Amino acid sequence: MVERLTHLLGIEDLTREQIGFILDQSKPFQEFQRHPLKKLATLRGKTVAIAFFEPSTRTRISFTTAAARLGADTMALQAEASSLKKGESLIDTVRTLEAMRPDGIVIRHSSSGAPEFVAARIDVPVLNAGDGQHEHPTQALLDALTIRDRKGRLENWNVTILGDILHSRVARSNIHLLSKFGARITVCGPAMWLPREIETLAPNIRRTVCVEEALDGADIVMVLRVQSERMYEPALAAEEYILRYQLTPVRLRLAQPDALVLHPGPMIRGLEIDPAVADGPQSGVLEQVTNGLAVRMALLYHLVGAAPVDAPHPAKERTSASD
Amino acid sequence: MRVVEKRQLLSAAQINHSLQRLAHEIVEESAGATDVALIGVRRRGVPLANRLAEVIRGFTQEEAPVGTLDITLYRDDLSTIGSQPVVQSTDINFPVDGRDLVIVDDVLYTGRTIRAAMNGLFDLGRPKRVRLCVLIDRGHRELPIEATFVGRTVQTSETEIVEVRLQEIDGEERVMLVDRVS
Repeated sequence: MVERLTHLLGIEDLTREQIGFILDQSKPFQEFQRHPLKKLATLRGKTVAIAFFEPSTRTRISFTTAAARLGADTMALQAEASSLKKGESLIDTVRTLEAMRPDGIVIRHSSSGAPEFVAARIDVPVLNAGDGQHEHPTQALLDALTIRDRKGRLENWNVTILGDILHSRVARSNIHLLSKFGARITVCGPAMWLPREIETLAPNIRRTVCVEEALDGADIVMVLRVQSERMYEPALAAEEYILRYQLTPVRLRLAQPDALVLHPGPMIRGLEIDPAVADGPQSGVLEQVTNGLAVRMALLYHLVGAAPVDAPHPAKERTSASD
Repeated sequence: MRVVEKRQLLSAAQINHSLQRLAHEIVEESAGATDVALIGVRRRGVPLANRLAEVIRGFTQEEAPVGTLDITLYRDDLSTIGSQPVVQSTDINFPVDGRDLVIVDDVLYTGRTIRAAMNGLFDLGRPKRVRLCVLIDRGHRELPIEATFVGRTVQTSETEIVEVRLQEIDGEERVMLVDRVS
């Protein structure tokens, strides 16, 4: 019996069984995306607050569509959390959300730990859509679903993550998830973006600044985007990044012949990834998008759909007290 | 919840006889075996639909297509039952538009499952006709739903449960009437 989830704050605290359950439950929702009529009444009457305090188009649209296809209403909260002191703005955030009385909250915030902060103060399921540099759990789950579908299993792959690891919550969530399934992980990028501490996240992680070494024998290559909005130190010149780290067809040949290429998006074609690779047969980028919708529908169905834990159960009411 | 077995309603042989008759009735009341498609409602409607198709194949040498339908997302009681039930897949690999469909389920009771099944089917297209085939009709309808093809009609009380046990799912073959006990 899988332990029931009340929030989705991160991958780190999930068990293999919980992750497997979410992926299994995403399958019917994958199939649902092929229906002519993509509208259910399952979450009708429920309202999901889509609270994005960082710019996002793709993840926000994905969550909003997932909620709408389940029949829920959404409330869009968008704000720039820039100049206010972090503590202050989070408390205001919580108060605003509380006043809206939603049945679920999807939150993206520039502060690591913000979703947990909200979950501790509001009695409503919270789904983390990305917090600071901490976690982006739904991204790791949709990546895992894509891997499981394309490669036939999730366990024991050689995984290379390429790019700005330091600032990447996508990298962290994926490292947490894949290491629970026995992956041997290599992180690769310019030295200033490869923190030594990343090796403490899980066993079997190695760091290298050499892209050829990182790609050698890889079964899965995750390309991260170059995040200019997150960088406070002098950036690496684009030309140098392309020269040393772009995933080109030639470099991809160093990996296994059937290696899967993933990218969380949005891609900057010609920067971190060669268009031929992005559009090539080994790319899983389009499936990632569809799978994102399926995973988010499965999560909203289970977390927002469930009645509060102390709701009266019809069967219990019918039997007598000497049960 | 404790249950007590009261009596057997159908033996394995009787289940088989009912399915044989139902398969013949379906073909008789349709334009032909291939015009009709069977939709098994998860869980126990699925093996029943497969068996009906097999019987139909046996005496017509024709294939009635079979699809499986999971109605979990279309239930009307989800917000009252605590944690969410696990969703299974719906697997209907033929177009529903213009099709003569027969929904197949083990027991017809309040009719809510069939209402949900119809919602599910209509999300996939516009069937020409939808009829219902059940092994047991136990009464107590709460919606205006009727079965065209019925194995057996049984009078039951509201505390009783009709348990259809099939080899494919339960490892045994019989229909039992059980009672909830306090």
